[in-house]
Amino acid sequence: MAKRFLPAEHYQKSRQGGYRLLPFRFTALRGNSFVLTNMAGEYLVAERDILGLIVRHQLPLDSPIYDQLKSRHFIEDDDSGVAQELLALKVRTKSQHLAHFTSLHIFVVSLRCEHSCPYCQVSRQSDDKIAFDMSLETAMKSLDLAFRTPAKAFKIEFQGGEPLLNFELIKQIVLEAEQRAIREEREVAFVIATNLAVVTEDILDFCNDHSILISTSLDGPRDLHNQNRPRPGKDSYERTIAGIELSRKVLGHDRVSALMTTTRFSLKRASEIIDEYRRLGFDQIFLRALSPYGFAVKTKSINAYDAAEWLQFYKEGLDHVIKLNLDGERFVERYAAIILTKMLTPFNPGYVDLMSPAGIGTQALVYNYDGDIYASDEGRMLAEMGDKTFRLGNAMTNSYEDIIFSDALLNPIEDSFTGSVPMCSECAFEPYCGAEPVFHHATQGDPVGHKPTSGFCTRNMEIFRHLIELMENSPEIERIFRSWVATR
Amino acid sequence: MITLQGNFKRSFGLQKLSERLVRRLTMDRAAAVSRSADFALLLEPASKAPEGCLSVAVEGSGCEPSGASTFIELPRDCDHVTAGDVVRFEIAKQRFRILYRKNSDHNNFLVTERCDNYCLMCSQPPKSANDDWILDELFDVIRLLDEQTGGFGFTGGEPTLNDRFVELLKLCNDRLPDAAIHVLSNGRRFSDPSFAERWASIAHRDLMVGIPVYSDISSIHDHVVQADGAYNETIRGILNLKRLKQRVEIRVVLHQRTFERLPELARFITRNLLFVDHVALMGLEISGFTRANLDQLWIDPIDYQNELYDAVSTLDAFGIRTSIYNLQLCLLDKRLWKFAVKSISDWKREYFPQCAGCSVRADCGGMFATAKHRFSDHIRPL
Repeated sequence: MAKRFLPAEHYQKSRQGGYRLLPFRFTALRGNSFVLTNMAGEYLVAERDILGLIVRHQLPLDSPIYDQLKSRHFIEDDDSGVAQELLALKVRTKSQHLAHFTSLHIFVVSLRCEHSCPYCQVSRQSDDKIAFDMSLETAMKSLDLAFRTPAKAFKIEFQGGEPLLNFELIKQIVLEAEQRAIREEREVAFVIATNLAVVTEDILDFCNDHSILISTSLDGPRDLHNQNRPRPGKDSYERTIAGIELSRKVLGHDRVSALMTTTRFSLKRASEIIDEYRRLGFDQIFLRALSPYGFAVKTKSINAYDAAEWLQFYKEGLDHVIKLNLDGERFVERYAAIILTKMLTPFNPGYVDLMSPAGIGTQALVYNYDGDIYASDEGRMLAEMGDKTFRLGNAMTNSYEDIIFSDALLNPIEDSFTGSVPMCSECAFEPYCGAEPVFHHATQGDPVGHKPTSGFCTRNMEIFRHLIELMENSPEIERIFRSWVATR
Repeated sequence: MITLQGNFKRSFGLQKLSERLVRRLTMDRAAAVSRSADFALLLEPASKAPEGCLSVAVEGSGCEPSGASTFIELPRDCDHVTAGDVVRFEIAKQRFRILYRKNSDHNNFLVTERCDNYCLMCSQPPKSANDDWILDELFDVIRLLDEQTGGFGFTGGEPTLNDRFVELLKLCNDRLPDAAIHVLSNGRRFSDPSFAERWASIAHRDLMVGIPVYSDISSIHDHVVQADGAYNETIRGILNLKRLKQRVEIRVVLHQRTFERLPELARFITRNLLFVDHVALMGLEISGFTRANLDQLWIDPIDYQNELYDAVSTLDAFGIRTSIYNLQLCLLDKRLWKFAVKSISDWKREYFPQCAGCSVRADCGGMFATAKHRFSDHIRPL
């Protein structure tokens, strides 16, 4: 034979030169174990003493975690020089959405609503169309601004109030946006966030012709839903169910989605709520906490639950969902799926609450009925309570540059950047978390806030820990979670 | 096994021919005569070789040379040859090699026997001698192929060691509009961005390069390919190719050195190389160096099904097109059957006696003919 084969040990000699640490962070998970995360959000769990060896460059070369650390780009040694290039590529991939802002444009076409939900942030029981409906002129000016964004593809979401109360305007916006999209070779998708109480077949026919998605509100079983969402006739649930059925019939089953809001009345009923979604043929649910804005804050009685209570509700729901999957039924909890996408994939799902730099303005812009433009949906909810901190300008009087370069947008984005915020910058969960300047402004009076007392921080840290522990304890659950994540 | 090379059974009137010829077989006598530098006439049974062209027959077909004809008779086991096949004749050595078979989906052209890797399980052990003539000859072969030629592959050795290989691919793109081309490469040459750019500049319609990544850990990969620094170059090569939007397949040969970290390798691919176009997980072929290194390579495929299932689940969940090559259905976890491909080239595919009564034989890729040297204890009819 021309040449001798060399043993495995020969190729391990690169380790003799020692290893170098690539940037990573660690945070206590539970008891003695720590979670380590790299810059791209890959994680490993290690006991405290092993972690000590790692950071002191004393890890034995044959330690089982050595290869894991090397594979996931926490360390590099002399034969793995390409590690830094791969890591850089992953960090770039996680941030690639930044170049394609703004992906969501929310048009508040009417503030009027026939519901009177106590947790609603923004609605009026009024017949005064002049006062609370968006005008055509405002709509067209807003559309001009939306089309100024660099994103090649974006979504327009119609909100309210109840947007179907001003459906004529929706039609005009859709038709005009379609024309522009063709001219500019861009892709625009549409969604209407509606309670479906006033939906008609004519409306749905238009939606069908223009590929408009329906997103509705469903809080759970009849009694809970009707308790949360009062309207004249106390028939919100019945109307929503009928609306979902009709929408599916006209648009197709998967063109209709539903969102729930957790109130105090929901807390003990996580499994029931999920089963209601399953009964109605949904294969996913988004377990959402109340946001601390709008009437939800004013009417304190209904949202009186704290982070701990909500977490208990969330975990109970997630357990139920996992059990369904273990029994062979595919059903996804969306909030977990968003976080798992950050944990398990190279991508950033672009969920506005969990982004840093903050997603305000760059992930979503809100065009209010009166022409005012807000950095996020929560920003306009605050404004309805009299706090216009996140008002960026007005469609009738301000240019795109005025709005996108406004201090009201750029200052909170810069101030709240988790890479430099105290406690966030050293937190191992930073790659999964977000800045949320609006929440912290609303609850703590400051876009950065005080993390140890932040409900946002408490809630999310616990969910991050919980998801990692579930995966660490069960390969079967990890496999289920892998099947939930977005992969492109 | 199908015979693709051997000695002439008989020959006649070859004195004036050059030492090495490449000819495409045809049944069209006029074409064979008018383009005698390109074609050889495949004789009808029981016919006489005409003058003015090279005639080829198969032993037992009752063909005979005539006065001034040039005539080669191939052995009986070459009765599969057909018009459209391309054959190399080495006159002095009285040897032939069928380079291209028109009726096969498994045509692969060896570009060189040189390689800068020295893989423990190489089925085509590399040689160091200059063999540029093989590449030169391939330019002739490609020119001889029918314009409607479907897909074929290039292997080695390492095809990219010679810069002119890119010219050959260009010729394929210009001449053969329907040919899907697969190149097997260790990927290291593509770590040079200028080479990757030249590759991309061909702008081939349907070109895929299959590159082996044996581990997420550099030292394990380097050990398997017996080359320090190979891992870094191979991964850089893949990154350069994908940056240029070239199609890349990752190939993993499954053996004792690679199976343990297979789930981690799959995770590594989804995290770092999610943009690859295909992943092929391949059973071991017991030939070449594998036989010399069998002790440190062999593991019964039945013993790595857990790792394989885990890896395939991960890749599949992330939407990466994934295939399993060279593994028999009786060894494969049933959940993995839909990923199994009948990948063993027809000319080296065999079935064992016990496969005779198997109900899924038609869906099974069979065994390498070389499996006789070592095979699973669990081959059985289903």
